[in-house]
Amino acid sequence: MSDILVFLEQTDGSLPKASLTTAEAARQIKEAHGAGNLHALCLGKGSAKAAEAALSYGFATVYYSEDGAFDNYLAMAYAAAFEKALSESGASIGVAPATTTGKDFFPRVAAATAAGQASDIIAVNSDKSFRRPMFAGDVLADVEVTTDKKLITVRPTAFGEIAAAGGGGKTQELTGVSVPENAGEFVNLEESGGDRPELTAADVVISGGRALQSAENFEKYIYPLADVLNAAVGASRAAVDSGYAPNDWQVGQTGKVVAPELYIAIGISGAIQHLAGMKDSKVIVAINKDPDAPIFDLADYGLVADLYDVLPQLTEAIKSAKG
Amino acid sequence: MKILVPVKRVPDYETKIKINGEGTGVVTDGIKWIVNPFDEIAVEEAIKIRDAGTATEVVVVGIGPDDVAAQLRYAMAMGADRGIHVKTDEPVDSDGASRVIEAIYKKDEYGLVLMGKQAIDSDANQTGQLLAARLGVPQGCFVSKVEFADEKVTVTREVDGGLETIRLPLPCVLTTDLRLNEPRYASLPGIMQAKKKPMDEMSVADLGVDLTPKVRVLKMSPPPERQAGRKVESVEELVTALKDEAKVL
Repeated sequence: MSDILVFLEQTDGSLPKASLTTAEAARQIKEAHGAGNLHALCLGKGSAKAAEAALSYGFATVYYSEDGAFDNYLAMAYAAAFEKALSESGASIGVAPATTTGKDFFPRVAAATAAGQASDIIAVNSDKSFRRPMFAGDVLADVEVTTDKKLITVRPTAFGEIAAAGGGGKTQELTGVSVPENAGEFVNLEESGGDRPELTAADVVISGGRALQSAENFEKYIYPLADVLNAAVGASRAAVDSGYAPNDWQVGQTGKVVAPELYIAIGISGAIQHLAGMKDSKVIVAINKDPDAPIFDLADYGLVADLYDVLPQLTEAIKSAKG
Repeated sequence: MKILVPVKRVPDYETKIKINGEGTGVVTDGIKWIVNPFDEIAVEEAIKIRDAGTATEVVVVGIGPDDVAAQLRYAMAMGADRGIHVKTDEPVDSDGASRVIEAIYKKDEYGLVLMGKQAIDSDANQTGQLLAARLGVPQGCFVSKVEFADEKVTVTREVDGGLETIRLPLPCVLTTDLRLNEPRYASLPGIMQAKKKPMDEMSVADLGVDLTPKVRVLKMSPPPERQAGRKVESVEELVTALKDEAKVL
């Protein structure tokens, strides 16, 4: 009878989509297990409010702490809090989103609790077997976590959002977390920000590659199209490495994995590392000058053209099509 | 300060990966092996830190069969000072790797562990964090900038929201992201010198580490094939298709 504890990221009291899809994966694990309760943990400023909001998804206990130790993220502090909540809830399965936060602190919890961890799962086979991509998505592996305690990080785009489910749960402040003295200190966070939808949550993603040639051309050619479609903007590794786009826009094996309704790849040849980050998109459009670019092998619609000629036309045509 | 750099051997990223007949692993016959690209970035950074005078020695450690020596020699040809080869023919999961590296770390006095944020074969993104937790030291993962001052290291991390900077006391574990540096190529003199650099060999049993996996691969399968669609001739045709066929506008 295992209970499950889910780490829910929260921002100023609200739960982003990645938290709700991670919760859905946890609910599926609970269903596969056939018994036990779902609990959750929210940390940082606004976590009391986020915990209240989380109750509507059927969690039995939602732990939270607005202690200053969690104002800014530090791996040792977050791992210590999750370990404490695991022991208070008696849960033997821990679940977190495979965001840079979940990826960062969850293995520390695994080491501290002698748990095995399955990373970045895309499907729940049973309460101990999970499907996850390896080799940049060239392989889907069904892996079994053989330990009693199990930790799972979830690819947030691979699951739907958890449905609301009757309340009855309670929130509980998490206290007495001891953060090690050598945890380090937060200095600053340089947010690339902007008003656009978040890459992994957006319905439409427009990505630019090396062919854009400059950050200015991203602004001039990609942004107007993104505005018309209310799209998030992504980039290939080559474009990020060249400084045309910030690091957190990188779509691919080692960057962000997206699966929107519509993905438009502009001037991206389609290296396997990039394809690993977008090939589960529902509809893929590729625009590239090179008719032999590998991206055309998986695009639903390919247009062989110079992006500088066709992007302004495309932006206008979509604007009128959307009326 | 000595720097320990674990390196993993992985199939070259341009290799077309094939799953074996039983679906239990990938075909490795005739495969080209390389140093995991993120680990190569770690080797480069460690060499730079040593050459700047902040560290005295760069030690690379690899786990695996006899021919993993080739990847350790490559790292030494780049400029690492010596190698440690922990031999095993068994599969090693992230947890097992972290325990072998922990044992190696404890045999000497290291001030820093630098390693890749993930290996491009298993893509688990765990070993550095597991190691840091086992050693009871802080971690800076996915770093794109590293600076030392006053016995501390300030690192910039590539996170989902942008770039985060944190300051950590030493010793600690750092894992590298793509933009930390551009690894040098091993030069011919470097390759010659590397042959003479010391390499310790030992078995997993010598270290007293139990490699029983905590995560076991049951079955591998290829991802569903995505059908190539069609080429359109014009912007008009594309927009019509998106609107009427795909219904995404």
